[in-house]
Amino acid sequence: MGEAIVITSGKGGVGKTTSSANIGTALALLGKKVCMVDTDIGLRNLDVVMGLENRIIYDLVDVVEERCRLEQALVKDKRFDELYLLPAAQTKDKHAVEPEDVKKIVDMLKKRYDYVIIDCPAGIEQGFRNAVAGADQAIVVTTPEYAAVRDADRIIGLLAKEGIHTPKLVINRTRINMMKSGDMLDIDEICQVLAIDLLGIVPDDEYVIKAANAGEPTVMNPSSKAAIAYRNIARRILGDSVPLMAMEEKGGILSKVKKLFGIG
Amino acid sequence: MARNQHHVTIKGRRDGLVFVLDDRCPFSDLLGELEFKLEKSHNKLLTGPLMHVHVQLGKRQITEAEREALHNMINRRNLVVQKIESDVAEPDPHSTHKVLTGIVRSGQVLRHVGNLIFIGDVNPGGTIQASGDIYVLGALRGVAHAGDAGRRESVIAASYMKPTQLRIADVISRPPEEWGTSDTAMMFAYLEGERMEVEKIVHLPRHRPNAVEIYKGE
Repeated sequence: MGEAIVITSGKGGVGKTTSSANIGTALALLGKKVCMVDTDIGLRNLDVVMGLENRIIYDLVDVVEERCRLEQALVKDKRFDELYLLPAAQTKDKHAVEPEDVKKIVDMLKKRYDYVIIDCPAGIEQGFRNAVAGADQAIVVTTPEYAAVRDADRIIGLLAKEGIHTPKLVINRTRINMMKSGDMLDIDEICQVLAIDLLGIVPDDEYVIKAANAGEPTVMNPSSKAAIAYRNIARRILGDSVPLMAMEEKGGILSKVKKLFGIG
Repeated sequence: MARNQHHVTIKGRRDGLVFVLDDRCPFSDLLGELEFKLEKSHNKLLTGPLMHVHVQLGKRQITEAEREALHNMINRRNLVVQKIESDVAEPDPHSTHKVLTGIVRSGQVLRHVGNLIFIGDVNPGGTIQASGDIYVLGALRGVAHAGDAGRRESVIAASYMKPTQLRIADVISRPPEEWGTSDTAMMFAYLEGERMEVEKIVHLPRHRPNAVEIYKGE
């Protein structure tokens, strides 16, 4: 029996879909059987980031409304044999499905895959309830901004209400130099407020944008700093203890990162 | 029998009968007198139409078994017990402190009637609210509202005081620009007239000597 992990944040634009694509792909890279589920009905993006848009035939709503079998809607990734995507519908909205429908589908997927990665839409309404319905665990994505941390905090409260009491935190788009100068909320401050376990820190990396536009998950490129961060997150999900990025960025690596950002 | 006649007083009201039971005599005396009155002296009560009975116990507290006994005693023929109540004065909620732990997260509102000791953080976007005093053993980063029903002597204290906003009764304060201090550790807020003042917790007894009992040394 696999594990279902919902990737959520409350606030939009902090990197839920990017994180879903990269964590899903990184787990596949580590040899796990993974199915990603896009629950952002009406605003599906995960397929675009994964570069699988042109392979979609059926979607989540088609499965719920029994226009096809679950297997028919699953899109196989072009890079891995054991990585699949259940895309959201682009034409409907969040009310086209109910939390129980999603739960039923996720439960079926859990029997066949090691990990079911659920990409949650922004907001706290029906879309959120749909996404968390079948999840055993949650990863809360935030960025080092007050607004994003505020919303992450709200989401952590709502997850507890849905029975997910120990979500993990991913802090996305961090800039070490801005944190050091005090222009950006630092990791400790965020962790103190949110009071949940830190799963990973992903540095701000231009390559993420390039990769998303190319339909190629960032993790495929080992020379990207963000890719390494996501690979580490995947390893931590599997239970490995991997030191945090902040610690890795000391000394030689730090200057390399600076050069990468063009600030060295 | 005459000596205990005055333990039970039966009054008629528009909506039924009121049995006023003495609250100082032994409970068994009440049952005995009720029996006597219903069977003998007031037995014509049992012959009328259906009547609701409202039993008033005064300050007496009774057990479930005693309640049952009273019920069985009165509930006969046309008499129906509607209510058995004691008019015990509600204890003042501001004389005790409720202790809670957890995290008040963004969007959550913790409300309490009385004084509240909260062990944990109140995050930005979260609200902690009480009709009495609020003590936060943790970081207060959200909104705190003490004396929310108008109790102006209420205080808000926190180990780490960096709130978004503080309210006591109807006075709102936006820290820190309105405060004379920028200290955040071990602070408390109270009302001085229409103004909210913030001071170190050690000064609490000076400004609110009645908030809690003061330790005066051995």
